[in-house]
Amino acid sequence: MSSASTGLVSDELQPSPVPSQPRRVSGLAVIAIAVAVAGTLLLVLAGKWLRDYNSNGPVSTTVAAVLVLASLYPWRYIVAAFAADRRRAALLRDDQLVEARRISASGREEALIAMGYAAAAVILALLLMFVLTSSGAVAQTFFELHNIKRSWKEVTKGFWTNIWVAVVAEVLVLILGLLVAIVRMLPGRSGAPLRFLATVYADAFRAIPAIIVIFLVVFGIIGSKMPVLSKLPPTWLGLFALTLTYTAYVSEVYRAGLSSIHPSQAAAARSLGLSYSQTLRTVLVPQAVRRVIPPLLNDFIGLQKDTALLSIAGISEAFQVSTYWQSYTFSMSPVIVPAILFIIITIPQARFVDYLINRDARRRAGGH
Amino acid sequence: MAFLEIDEVHKSFGHNEVLKGVSLDVERHEVVCLIGASGSGKSTLLRCVNALEQISSGSIRIDGDTVTGPGVDLNVLRRDVGIVFQSYNLFPHMSVIENVMLAPTMVGGLTKDEAHERGMKLLESVGMVEKADAYPDSLSGGQQQRVAIVRALAMQPRVMLLDEITAALDPELVGDVLEIVRELAHGGLTMLLATHEMGFAKEVASQVCFLDAGSILEHGPAEQIFEAPREERTQQFLSRVVKSGRL
Repeated sequence: MSSASTGLVSDELQPSPVPSQPRRVSGLAVIAIAVAVAGTLLLVLAGKWLRDYNSNGPVSTTVAAVLVLASLYPWRYIVAAFAADRRRAALLRDDQLVEARRISASGREEALIAMGYAAAAVILALLLMFVLTSSGAVAQTFFELHNIKRSWKEVTKGFWTNIWVAVVAEVLVLILGLLVAIVRMLPGRSGAPLRFLATVYADAFRAIPAIIVIFLVVFGIIGSKMPVLSKLPPTWLGLFALTLTYTAYVSEVYRAGLSSIHPSQAAAARSLGLSYSQTLRTVLVPQAVRRVIPPLLNDFIGLQKDTALLSIAGISEAFQVSTYWQSYTFSMSPVIVPAILFIIITIPQARFVDYLINRDARRRAGGH
Repeated sequence: MAFLEIDEVHKSFGHNEVLKGVSLDVERHEVVCLIGASGSGKSTLLRCVNALEQISSGSIRIDGDTVTGPGVDLNVLRRDVGIVFQSYNLFPHMSVIENVMLAPTMVGGLTKDEAHERGMKLLESVGMVEKADAYPDSLSGGQQQRVAIVRALAMQPRVMLLDEITAALDPELVGDVLEIVRELAHGGLTMLLATHEMGFAKEVASQVCFLDAGSILEHGPAEQIFEAPREERTQQFLSRVVKSGRL
């Protein structure tokens, strides 16, 4: 059977398209020059302001000089880009189309790299100028070292409250969130009433802002004459309020994890004679927990930050202490201290979450 | 009275009736092969036999005891009936030996040591001992399916259901798995298997059933079904299988 007669394969040849010309480099390189010049000029200006602000101190002079020197870095790539443009033109004259295209691609890449660095220099210069504008108004307000030093010790002491509240709440949330998630997945009609209650809880407490829950729980319970509960220290009540809010969030994370396990896993376990609860315990929950660790840690970062909300209930955690210092010193700088402390504990966790997500992605891609 | 009696079983998913009155008797030590196109109801029938799907009407009896409807001890039923799936369904967070030991320790009443011993013995007979501590993701499809068979056997079931267990395997791995099934058949294990491996069905089956659109259109000894099918649909199905080089 000849190929033409089947109808699947045709003998007619398609006309091949005209090869495209290599793209020009010079346009991009000229834009890169403009951005680089702007970056250098702005940094020179910002460096001058920095020196003025620090009354020409040697440190500020050095910093300014280093910044201006660094702003010259993109020129390396700009020069390379122009060299590539000339080379491209020469190759085109020799009719070496493929080679010209290759040179033009690498030249454009170099121009773009130069632009990236130069744009960063522009942004950095503008930030620096914002901080130093009107003879250092911003720096004066937020980064007054003197007031930061004065408040540092007590704010740091208050920060321990944030840490232990976060850790205890996280442990509670870890357990209660799983419970709520499991109740929301109870099978059959017998499970329906509890399922409904758990759904109402999760919906309500994801809807109410955490700050309102804290306010209501702490002041409400202390004000009431409830036995035991109203005698608890406010910090514990605040901790429970955060637990209420975050259990609702985390139960959703767990639920997503549990429902992402393929039904065939449950079928396999049940077919071996395991009961529903045995299947849950040995097959579904262990797999679900592994899958939800990154989103779980993300919620925990949120919980840590929200410990600062306890300040509205007069609990002396870092933010509350820092606002006391703020009103005492008439300076915003003490409030920068809790901000710095939160950054210090959060960034490692954020990087750890990224690491876990990347590792999962690699695993799914087939590696181990 | 046959060992496994399937009597007028109907099964619907919503308005879609997947099984339309299937009746089948399986004697002890018999190997029954279910053949038929995809969607003909083979898998659903197997899943009904160990109650992974609830039947809409009819009854299924094992050794005279009804195993369908309310009040059935599902855990006892499933202890007696093992099933192996097309997609292996090993537990990915457990090592091979943990997969095998899970059910015997949790529901079979064995101690860890007893379950370990039984598991290792079974793994040895399928040539998987050296992979006992490996995790399923690091095994080939054929190896995973051998472990899945061992996992089902570790509960010492009285009936094994095999649901197209070679359908997802590379051709060169099919042989290893079929060899194990062959051995089980010769050992006298009662089996009900859905398969597309016609040559294998011909060799091991004491009875072959051709399912079409939710009912058993024709059943009988393997030679009769493959050499002299009576129904036109069976003939069509088999001629298509021959055309695709599968028989």
